Amino acid sequence: MSFILRLNHISKSFGAVLALKDVSLDLGDNEILGLLGDNGAGKSTLVKIISGIFPPDSGSMCVNGETIDFRRYSGARSRRFGIETVHQDHALAEKQPLWRNVFVGRHLKNGLGFIHAAEEKRETLKLLHNVIGLPAEGLDPDLPASVLSGGERQGLAIGRAMYFQSHLIILDEPTTALSLHETEKVLGFIKKIKEAGKACIFISHNIAQVFAVADRCVVMDRGEIVADESKNEMTLESLTKLLISFNRRQEILHV
Amino acid sequence: MYKRPFIALMYHYKMQLAISMLLCIMLVVFILASPDTFLSWSIYESFLSTIPFFAIPAIGMTLVVVCGEMDMCFPSTIAMSGFVFSWLWTATGNSALSIIGALVAGTAIGWTNGLIVVKIGVPSIIATIGTQFFWRGLIMILCSGLAIDLSGIQDSPLHHVFAGRLAGHISSQALWAIGIAVMVGFLLNRHVYGDALRFTGDNTETALKMGVPVGLVRISAFSLMGFFCAISGIIACIEMGSWWPTQGEGYLLLVFASVFIGGTSVFGGEGSVYGTCVGAIIIGIVEAGIISAGLSGFWTRTVYGIIIVVSASLYVVMAKSGRR
Ligand SMILES: Nc1ncnc2c1ncn2[C@@H]1O[C@H](COP(=O)(O)OP(=O)(O)OP(=O)(O)O)[C@@H](O)[C@H]1O
Ligand SMILES: [Mg+2]
Repeated sequence: MSFILRLNHISKSFGAVLALKDVSLDLGDNEILGLLGDNGAGKSTLVKIISGIFPPDSGSMCVNGETIDFRRYSGARSRRFGIETVHQDHALAEKQPLWRNVFVGRHLKNGLGFIHAAEEKRETLKLLHNVIGLPAEGLDPDLPASVLSGGERQGLAIGRAMYFQSHLIILDEPTTALSLHETEKVLGFIKKIKEAGKACIFISHNIAQVFAVADRCVVMDRGEIVADESKNEMTLESLTKLLISFNRRQEILHV
Repeated sequence: MYKRPFIALMYHYKMQLAISMLLCIMLVVFILASPDTFLSWSIYESFLSTIPFFAIPAIGMTLVVVCGEMDMCFPSTIAMSGFVFSWLWTATGNSALSIIGALVAGTAIGWTNGLIVVKIGVPSIIATIGTQFFWRGLIMILCSGLAIDLSGIQDSPLHHVFAGRLAGHISSQALWAIGIAVMVGFLLNRHVYGDALRFTGDNTETALKMGVPVGLVRISAFSLMGFFCAISGIIACIEMGSWWPTQGEGYLLLVFASVFIGGTSVFGGEGSVYGTCVGAIIIGIVEAGIISAGLSGFWTRTVYGIIIVVSASLYVVMAKSGRR
């Protein structure tokens, strides 16, 4: 198996808070990784380093075999490396029309930088219909993103990630705030990622959801990876017990 | 979420429709109030020569406001570029050099504003109030408070290009303003740069996460604003045949009024160049309308003030009701 992502000894602190402590992680190129951990465990921080929002304090990272120079890494570059991230918050710009939200940073444009708006609107319609499953009839790509429901927003962000043929799609708690029905859709998207031969990091607090789609589960606790098991080594019960044991230990330590 | 095409089109252009109707209503009112003035061509001819001076900076300001910033410095930018132009022209007599010098000066002032806002992190409204005073003060020191006479410039080819009259009636500056408006309109609506401005102003976090170079975009918006101010300053000098130390000072109110009447969001993220241009026309004819209706000139500021507050409030209310 070849690796889409390799993290070596990544550390990151914010002032006195050590958010990531010597994290090393390898991800196969068609692997669905479930990332679990308590609030504040450092999951989003790890995601932001991978997607170029900020650099780590120390450690190295390889994407598709290429070592990343963090001084020249950014959100735009991570996307060029084939990493598409649906962040926990601020995934869409509310006032902007749907089609702009789909193509921002990646417009279909001519040599002078002018946007092929008509084509982008057509593609957006297809995306809304095929990926998110909204009825195509009467759908208007010029409507602002603020008209979408929570699930549709996540769907659009995920659909955008799928549309651009990324190698690695990172979903940071995409199912929080979603109804059961919408959650099923998101899990369906993740299964599609697997079928399409791509990799995914799926962060959630819901163990059952992670267990349903992940090939492998990693548990983080206060900035460290404390468990890393593949699907066939575990059952939903053993995973639950594992998580509870860490919460217990934390409670004991805090007393 | 589902609309018939015609309704969707109306919905999409509701701001543009609203402001165009406002202009029509105002014209009708003014024509009824003072038919002699508003039914003769000469008043429109004078609008064509005066409105572009603040319409051009207002177009630049639209970009700045769309990306979520403010530029209070621009009256001084206009004066400083006008000063550089006049000084170079009197010293060398070289038109090309004077124009390039002024454009560089204006762009550099805008760029500095952008650097202070983006690199140091001072809120733009505060930073640019500071730089407005700085540049105005520096101008006064440099010119010792005296105007510069540019007599002779009105006979030079420059005058035809920048402040001439096409067919004896249509001012060159109006054609420049229209050209700039069309270009900037395309930039904002159909270019990746305009898209980057919109996302930066709408939600900086999202823009950053989607790979928009937010810092660069904001700095360039200020620089472009400086560039447009320089064009306005140059044209004003050539039209008037002189430069004066308080140049640009009266435009602060006019420019912001044009932008906000035009429906550009006070919160950033969306804006309309068409709206700004119609806004500038409205602002331009209000004064003439008030005076020819027999009211004193003191009324104009009061009316401008009301127009700014009412239009900004209206758009905020419209935006709220448009969202769920
Ligand atoms: N920009 C920041 N500045 C300061 N501290 C931060 C910043 N971002 C994260 N932290 C801190 O780093 C730690 C890890 O935060 P992180 O957001 O990665 O947690 P998480 O695992 O994603 O939690 P959650 O499940 O609640 O989303 C927390 O203690 C948080 O307070
Ligand atoms: Mg998080």
